[in-house]
Amino acid sequence: MKAFRFWVVGFLIFLVGCAQQSNHTKGVYMLMDTSGTYAVELNKARSIINYLLGTLQPGDTLAVGRIDTGSFSEKDIVAKVTFDSRPSMANNQKRLFQNRVKTFVRGVRQSSYTDISGGMLQAIEYLNESGSGNKYILIFSDLQEELAKGYVRNVPFELPGFHVIALNVTKLRADNQDPKNYMDRVERWRKKTEKGGGTWRVINDLDRLDNILIRG
Amino acid sequence: MTTTGFLPTITASPFLSAFIWIILILAAMYLARKPFHRCMASFSLIIRNSLRLFATSVKLAEKRLNDRNRDVLLSAGRQHAERCVEREFERISTAVQRDLEGYPQLQRRLNESLVKLDEDYRNSVEIPQTLPDWVKVIKAIAAIRPSNDPIIANMLEDIHQTISEQHTKALEQHRIDASKRHGILNRMMPLLQNIKKTLGGLNKSLSDLNFRAKRMDRYIDNYEQIREQTDTAMQTLSSSSLTQFFISGGVLLVALGGAIINFNLIALPMSEMVGGASYIGPYKTSNIAGLVIICLEICTGIFLMESLRITRLFPIIGSMDDRMRMMLFWIALSLLAILAGVESALAFMRDRIAADMEALRQSLAGVTPNSVAGSVIPTAGQMVMGFILPFILTFVAIPLESFVASARTILGLTAAWMLRSLAFILRLIGHLGYYVGRLTINLYDLVIFPALWLEGVMTRKLPRTQTKDNAVDKEKTIDSGSMPAADPLVENKEMAK
Repeated sequence: MKAFRFWVVGFLIFLVGCAQQSNHTKGVYMLMDTSGTYAVELNKARSIINYLLGTLQPGDTLAVGRIDTGSFSEKDIVAKVTFDSRPSMANNQKRLFQNRVKTFVRGVRQSSYTDISGGMLQAIEYLNESGSGNKYILIFSDLQEELAKGYVRNVPFELPGFHVIALNVTKLRADNQDPKNYMDRVERWRKKTEKGGGTWRVINDLDRLDNILIRG
Repeated sequence: MTTTGFLPTITASPFLSAFIWIILILAAMYLARKPFHRCMASFSLIIRNSLRLFATSVKLAEKRLNDRNRDVLLSAGRQHAERCVEREFERISTAVQRDLEGYPQLQRRLNESLVKLDEDYRNSVEIPQTLPDWVKVIKAIAAIRPSNDPIIANMLEDIHQTISEQHTKALEQHRIDASKRHGILNRMMPLLQNIKKTLGGLNKSLSDLNFRAKRMDRYIDNYEQIREQTDTAMQTLSSSSLTQFFISGGVLLVALGGAIINFNLIALPMSEMVGGASYIGPYKTSNIAGLVIICLEICTGIFLMESLRITRLFPIIGSMDDRMRMMLFWIALSLLAILAGVESALAFMRDRIAADMEALRQSLAGVTPNSVAGSVIPTAGQMVMGFILPFILTFVAIPLESFVASARTILGLTAAWMLRSLAFILRLIGHLGYYVGRLTINLYDLVIFPALWLEGVMTRKLPRTQTKDNAVDKEKTIDSGSMPAADPLVENKEMAK
């Protein structure tokens, strides 16, 4: 009888151990640039969010934050959700999330400055708290950071295990005159990300979003 | 500083230095010739003998495996033959019980029919009553000469009238008798037909029994051949095993396809029950749960087949008493029905979830979701499939049993073939090693041929006594393991062995 109990307990421990062995959930934080030059692109961001809603599975986490003058704040999180483990409940949550983003995009106010670093720090903090196994930060911006006076953002990013993906990095007028500006801007963010231990990708063609979360 | 890159110079001239070095090396090699020959010969013999030993061991293992395969094959064949004979005996027993159990009644009925027929026959052949004796009297009266006496005329007239009446009555009586006989004969016809039918049925039963007896003879012949372990029986069993392996493997593959469809039906709704976010290892818990349900269905199906004695994967079930076995059958059937019901419900849930997901996808893509309700046919189809597939998977037990039984033989044959190949390769490597040793010795002699040539020249000049000493020394060298002169014919024979 004792041996039987021993084996049953051992089997249960094995099952529990297996069940918690690896974390397969994904956590996605999307930063939306609402600065003056970029706010017109937000409808594209909506379609990306819809794509993410269709891709993410029960148990995954999705949050959308805006990039404005000071982005390192919980108030800048437009919508956030961790999908229920039951698919039917997760579908309802996705519908609610979609409506919330829709409402935000319709009534968005353009910001004067672009605090991308603050948004990144907020995203790192949020995703670390969510405990997701695979963490993605999507930056929907032209990557042109403009900080308001008094805002300090020379904090190094802690990005081990993070995948940072810049989406729709539009070229500014100055970039057209001197493409080196654009390349330097993108390179600066790549270095900053990789220095923090994360991976960096740029996707400008939004028709190629397939496998965006798989390849990292 | 060096002559050839690694040897130090001896004289100022590099060419001379190299020449001296060559002479020295050749001299050293010549002095080391006999030890080198012995060493190389021993080495090649070690390789050959050890590998031959290894190959012999492998051949022995192959022989044991072949014996085991033979035993397994014969055992399987004997079991199969026994099952065939048992089944045929059961059939014969059933046929005898069914057809010949009522034989006494049949015989009694036949006897009754025959007695009745006999009686009818006797009745039908009864001779009608003959005319009375007074006909002679009438004849005598008729012989009287006619006269004009009115008394005689009246008397004759009365006699004529009486005779006419008697004639009519006799004729009517005869007709009635004939009619009765015809009636009796008519009654005999159905009796005869009945007897014919009964005898026909009996004949058919006996023919059937005869046919079964012949088949039984054939089975018994096969059984005897297997018991005697004849080559014909072995070949038949081996071929049958191979056929069974491929056929049952094919059927199992089809069943696997069914199981995959079944899995797809229940995997999605299982995530609604056990959650879609938990994992066991790299696999989703819901997928594993779906797989477990299918495995449970297959296991229940196997127990069902075992309790019906269709398969014999678990002899303990087959050897249970009938009451227990039937109880197990009903339990397995109930569990299977419950699982089928659960699966049907899951299939319904899957349809609902899939519809919800499709609506969400359309909504996310910006397309207005179709509000018209879809057809119920796919839903009903999925539910029916969900209910039927577990019962279909029940039959997996039959090909599984054949596959397991034939796989033993096939695996054994494959392993024996591999061992045979290994033994061949080992022998080949052993011989190669031996001849490489010989080749090395010959190459060595080729390198030091100037020294050997010089030795030959000097030997010719030395006295004969010294030559004898050399011969003795050479014999000693051969005895102590150096390579003998190669005889190509002997070598070929050895290789052939």
